[in-house]
Amino acid sequence: MATHTYDAIFIGGGHNGLVAAAYLARAGKRVLVLERRHVLGGAAVTEELYPGFKYTVFSYVVSLLRPEIIRDLDLPRHGLKILPLPSTFTPLPNGDYLAAWDDHDQTRRELYRHSPRDAEAYDDYGRQMFRMAMAVRPILNMVPPDPASLSPNDLLGWLRLGGHARGLSRADFHNLAKLMTMSAADLLDEWFECEPLKGTKSASGIIGTFLGPRSPGTAYVLLHHYMGEIDGVFRAWGFAKGGTGGISNALASAARAAGVEIRTEAPVAQVIVKNGRAVGVALENGDELSARYVASSLDPKRTFLALVDAQHLPGDFVDAIRRFKIRGSSGKVNLALDALPNFTALPNGPDGQALLHRGAVSISPSVDYIERAFDEAKYGRFSRRPYIDCIFPSVIDPAMAPPGRHVMSCFVQYAPYALEGGWNDAQREAFGDAVVDTLAEYAPNLKQIIRHRQVLTPLDIEQMTGLTEGNIFQGELALHQLFFLRPVPQWAQYRTPIANFWQCGAGTHPGGGIMGASGRLAALEMLKDWK
Amino acid sequence: MLPGTPFHSRTAPLNQGQNWRRWAGYLAASAYDLSPEREYWAVRNTAALFDVSPLYKYLISGPDAARLLDRIVTRRIDRCAIGQVLYTPWCDEAGKVIDDGTVARLDEQTFRLTSADPNLRWLHQNAVGQRVTIRDVSASTAALALQGPHARLILQQVSPADFDQLKYFRLTHTRIDDIPVTITRTGYTGDLGYELWADAADAERLWDALRRAGQGYGLTPAGILALDVARVEAGLLLIEVDYQSARHALIEAQRSSPLELGLGWTVALDKGAFIGRRALAAEQARGPAWQFVGLEVEWKGLERLYAAEGLPPQLPATTVRASVPVAAQGRQVGYATSLTWSPLLKKLLALAHLESGSAQLGNLVMLEVTVQHQRRYAPARVVKTPFFDPERKKA
Repeated sequence: MATHTYDAIFIGGGHNGLVAAAYLARAGKRVLVLERRHVLGGAAVTEELYPGFKYTVFSYVVSLLRPEIIRDLDLPRHGLKILPLPSTFTPLPNGDYLAAWDDHDQTRRELYRHSPRDAEAYDDYGRQMFRMAMAVRPILNMVPPDPASLSPNDLLGWLRLGGHARGLSRADFHNLAKLMTMSAADLLDEWFECEPLKGTKSASGIIGTFLGPRSPGTAYVLLHHYMGEIDGVFRAWGFAKGGTGGISNALASAARAAGVEIRTEAPVAQVIVKNGRAVGVALENGDELSARYVASSLDPKRTFLALVDAQHLPGDFVDAIRRFKIRGSSGKVNLALDALPNFTALPNGPDGQALLHRGAVSISPSVDYIERAFDEAKYGRFSRRPYIDCIFPSVIDPAMAPPGRHVMSCFVQYAPYALEGGWNDAQREAFGDAVVDTLAEYAPNLKQIIRHRQVLTPLDIEQMTGLTEGNIFQGELALHQLFFLRPVPQWAQYRTPIANFWQCGAGTHPGGGIMGASGRLAALEMLKDWK
Repeated sequence: MLPGTPFHSRTAPLNQGQNWRRWAGYLAASAYDLSPEREYWAVRNTAALFDVSPLYKYLISGPDAARLLDRIVTRRIDRCAIGQVLYTPWCDEAGKVIDDGTVARLDEQTFRLTSADPNLRWLHQNAVGQRVTIRDVSASTAALALQGPHARLILQQVSPADFDQLKYFRLTHTRIDDIPVTITRTGYTGDLGYELWADAADAERLWDALRRAGQGYGLTPAGILALDVARVEAGLLLIEVDYQSARHALIEAQRSSPLELGLGWTVALDKGAFIGRRALAAEQARGPAWQFVGLEVEWKGLERLYAAEGLPPQLPATTVRASVPVAAQGRQVGYATSLTWSPLLKKLLALAHLESGSAQLGNLVMLEVTVQHQRRYAPARVVKTPFFDPERKKA
């Protein structure tokens, strides 16, 4: 066999690429990571785009990062600190609000104010979702077995799954089946009567999808967001010190410590394939690097339609990748502020701050509100009154802004990639205005305190990070694109039709969010393959 | 700030160590004195006044009120006379306990249910199509427990009601200082005692009236720590300590049936359908796998373990709410969930779950104790509960 410069080259320095590279290096392999941008992390980056103000540019919270990765790579030693996001505050058009705090009694009292019955249902619902998350969790750590295959590995996988399913109570099994098929709105209607509660909860079911809360399949997405755990507590979301770039830096540090070589500003032009085998990569600057294995952490479309010449792939596979659903549906607005927005529903105290600023602020007054926001997107317009999920990173980690000043991160849905007439500067600003106008209805001082604003449309996200259509999950979390079907049937085990060419991004099982599971599972499969 | 109960303006200044704990989302005094000892002795020697307002309370009324409750709880509501109170658990469909509390029949069609956990949703879910009104009166009803040998004497100072005629687990409607009060002869101490139910708006005046009347009788405001010792002596179980609500359980092993909790006497399999009946009938037929029993630690065996380290036995100052393994013949056969030193009986007592095979009265088992950081086993005997059952409780 020919000698290679590297044992493995990873294309893309996002979190999954870094995780996979670190696992291989820990196994003694010689590993190179190639990142197109000057900064590592892909969509998990923190950048100072206005002097003194650090934006957690794209992704902004963390919960799904697998605990075994944190342990295996010893990320705390490499600077990972996940700080609590203790609350979710939903301001309402009538001047009231609904809040979920980090204390059970406090939250119960708050919900009771809106609906005594929901206050109790909330606990039962939380416990059921906990059991569902326990039921699904083992799947996050397994290579999807192919149900149509008779290979010993696949059969063993299904046996393991079956054994686990037997441990579920009948009621839990039935609930899980329902959860897999329902809409988030229908699921929540079974539990609650309070609209702001249903609106806010349903939002977890639509994030990163091109679906409304009444579309079937969204209940699963809701569960996907429930599976995050911090210190063993499900549904705990946190903010990484330094923004999500802090996570990428910790991963990069761990990878380097394990011996990984990382090159930034090293865009890959193509994977070099010889006789049906990947043998290396060609960089845009013309350099060619050889490796025994090449792996891509980019999304499936970019991986198979841009990095590889179609002649090396079976036609039906290329077709399946073309049909892979990866619609972009969300945007991001980052703000540098002179002070904190003053919400009418819970005004700031003398220190210029309110309890709500420690956690998330969710503009989700009802399921109807979000469904209506989706209606506009369905026909190619961005939502005039969108669903917005805000956090104030500088309140949690003061190093994100100069003393007394603040940054605000606003995740916005819906902003369709395929905007009617296409995205341009005017449309981007109009989109940014819609977000600020919406927020200013609840916090009237907002417009006066904005110092700088960054508006990111799905097109911007695509152009900056490379994520096709700006889809934050590298492919929608639709049931037909999950588990042994992600990204496409037969190729859900991180291998590709090209020998020695691997996929390890969120476009593979178990999917998006700063989870790292795709990268870890891919690396473990690659190691198994090593002979 | 966590809210106080309707008595907070009176209880807060008495709380010398600002020693509060949480009870159902309210501030509840752990102890008013810096040590709970005097408060405990008030229960057994004079009279103790507990603020039990954090209990959940529901008023259930209407033509189908009795039918609804009969369907939910394990006891026979049709046999609950007006003016009677029943202690009862209630179960899920699998016959596992969700909660326990009391049902008081205020009149033909009106009941008050008290519970440790919120149950509004459960009540509503089971009331579909029935002619009942369910009101959550948890916040609007203030509740006090007046417990101890002097309890009756004190009430006789302030109320015209005939307390000599008020039998155990019966109630009377009366006035104290012109405040309408329902008094039930119930409690969580296993002693002579009463619980008083009034409108939250009258709470402070009620407290003041009782304090005045109790002056000559040793009436002592008492906190949860004292109550926790008394209830173990009385053999009364506590949710989330001695058993887990079936609603909260994450796995099957965390659920318990009333038959496994020593509450078989509350399960009326002879009444019509009720939630959990089928499962409980089957369990009754095959015999429950677990028993909830009282354990009395043998003093000499305990003393020997400590003597080996040169120590006298170290006794807990308050009830220990932790799961402690219990073994027999070298094998774990159960676990104790509440362990307390009884200052009255001078015995170390525990409430424990034992496999039925090891739970016969008089059986000797071994209770794990940590002696000078070493794991040891103290001999303990299965005994009848209540550990303490004075005649005055029912007399």
